[in-house]
Amino acid sequence: MTTPVTSPVEARRPPVRTGGRDHAVWFLVLPALIPILVLSVGPLLYGVLLSFTDAQSGRTAPTRWIGALNFQDLLHDTLFWESFRIGLLWAIGVTVPQFLLALGLALLLDQDLRLRWLARALAIVPWAMPEVVVGIMWRLVYNPDAGILNETLRDLGLGDGRDWLSGLATALPAVVVVGIWAGMPQTTVALLAGLQNTPRELHEAAAVDGAGAWRRFRAVTWPALRPVALSITALNLIWNFNSFALVYVLTSGGPGGKTRLPMLFAYEEAFRYGQFGYAAAMGCVMVAVIAIVLAVFLAGRLKGGEDA
Amino acid sequence: MRTRPSARAGQYAALLAYLIFLAFPFLWLLSTAFKPPRELGSLHPTWIPRHPTLANFRQAFDEQPLLHAALNSLLAALGAAVIAVLIATPMAYVMARHRTRLARAASGWVVVSQAFPFVLIIIPLFLVLKRLRLIDSLAGLTVVYVVWSLPFALWMLVGYVRAVPVELEEAAAVDGAGRLRTLISVTAPLLAPGIAATALFAFITAWNEFFFALVLLKSPGNQTLPVVLTHFIGAEGVADLGPLAAAAFLATLPSLVVFALLQRRITGGLIAGAVKS
Repeated sequence: MTTPVTSPVEARRPPVRTGGRDHAVWFLVLPALIPILVLSVGPLLYGVLLSFTDAQSGRTAPTRWIGALNFQDLLHDTLFWESFRIGLLWAIGVTVPQFLLALGLALLLDQDLRLRWLARALAIVPWAMPEVVVGIMWRLVYNPDAGILNETLRDLGLGDGRDWLSGLATALPAVVVVGIWAGMPQTTVALLAGLQNTPRELHEAAAVDGAGAWRRFRAVTWPALRPVALSITALNLIWNFNSFALVYVLTSGGPGGKTRLPMLFAYEEAFRYGQFGYAAAMGCVMVAVIAIVLAVFLAGRLKGGEDA
Repeated sequence: MRTRPSARAGQYAALLAYLIFLAFPFLWLLSTAFKPPRELGSLHPTWIPRHPTLANFRQAFDEQPLLHAALNSLLAALGAAVIAVLIATPMAYVMARHRTRLARAASGWVVVSQAFPFVLIIIPLFLVLKRLRLIDSLAGLTVVYVVWSLPFALWMLVGYVRAVPVELEEAAAVDGAGRLRTLISVTAPLLAPGIAATALFAFITAWNEFFFALVLLKSPGNQTLPVVLTHFIGAEGVADLGPLAAAAFLATLPSLVVFALLQRRITGGLIAGAVKS
């Protein structure tokens, strides 16, 4: 409201919005704030504390403070670093192709095409499915004997088919494909939303000036899309790095740990072997990596803001 | 803008490839669910079952307590959705309308909480819930789901509150209504569709959730649907394909229906969040 207060009604208007000194604000915020503090922020800090202890499940002796010992052990735990490497491979292997495919698709769905509605309707399927069901479904597709993938390959004369999820070389690529499939709609919708933010007139002006499709994309589409693209990519990298259910159902981390993501490793350590403190330390290391990813992308976003 | 016919054809080819990629695993799930055992064992599987049957569904219910598990999932998801929306709406209102330090901290938390590896939260939560004797209970799981769905609920709701013109609230205030009165009788009714969409979204997230349920629920009578589904896959990864497919398909139905109803609203909420953040 920039108009000066002139009318009597305006003058009598009581302040609707005031600062944090207002007690009513606390009344509105506390019902959500208390559970957040007790069940989210609290456990997180507690988790960091646990990573400096020898906490184990089912132990009778009291838990001791052991300083950075867990982290020292973790440093020499080749199995953990192997899972860490696989986690990074998986996160990048899913996020990057998915982004490129989703970008192409978003550009496509932004056009006036006939089957657009079908693409939108079908996109609900991966989005709405429980991850467990996605995993089960793809196990049926990959099934060495009764699966449709091998049967299609046989029909096309492309070899006799194989056990994709059990092969040392094929397991990780096979689960990566599932990861791409599962997250495609979300990424596409986010990018499509970004595209619809691009002013149409700019496009048309550029076309009139004789700019080709690629130049129009570089000069008009991408600058407008960049903030959304960076956010969604950062989130996808983090979500994928932290993922659990999909791969748990597909391979349980096998064969021979070739698909054992960090979350699966930490889960086993904590809830199969009861090493709470050690698993918490793994969680801390994962948080550190995620913080780096976030920082890099935030920097990218800010830089983009200066350019614009 | 005009597109050349050759480019058009390329576009349709790409769209078709995408449609096939999206649809074929799901169609295969359906096909498997309706196949009799003899066709499932065949070395040359077919897309369309020659003798479609419902036997897999019957067998699925016989093998695992699906109905009971679905009821557990329903209770946890319903409880989580209702409580999450009840406590998130007032907070989202404050976050949207007040530029206080608290509101900014809350917005920051919403973003950061998306990034946590759950294992760092679940271990302490496990210990705390154990001490409170809430481990292996649906009540405990529901509480976890409430907190787990809060960030996204807040995100969506803040967008919906911002869409309500402040002028309406100010007019009510002029008429002498107190802040709470204004909130309940003016803002809340306008927010109702957004609140419903948020509740349904929280419901689906909880209905689909697996990790917390796997860790927190031990006794078979308490387990939720996603956890029970994994029992169909044996210890060695050997599965009875027909009943597995049938059960998996049934577990997806509620989410698919709700999502189909909600699609536009959720996309809208997501877009609002993505663009404004």
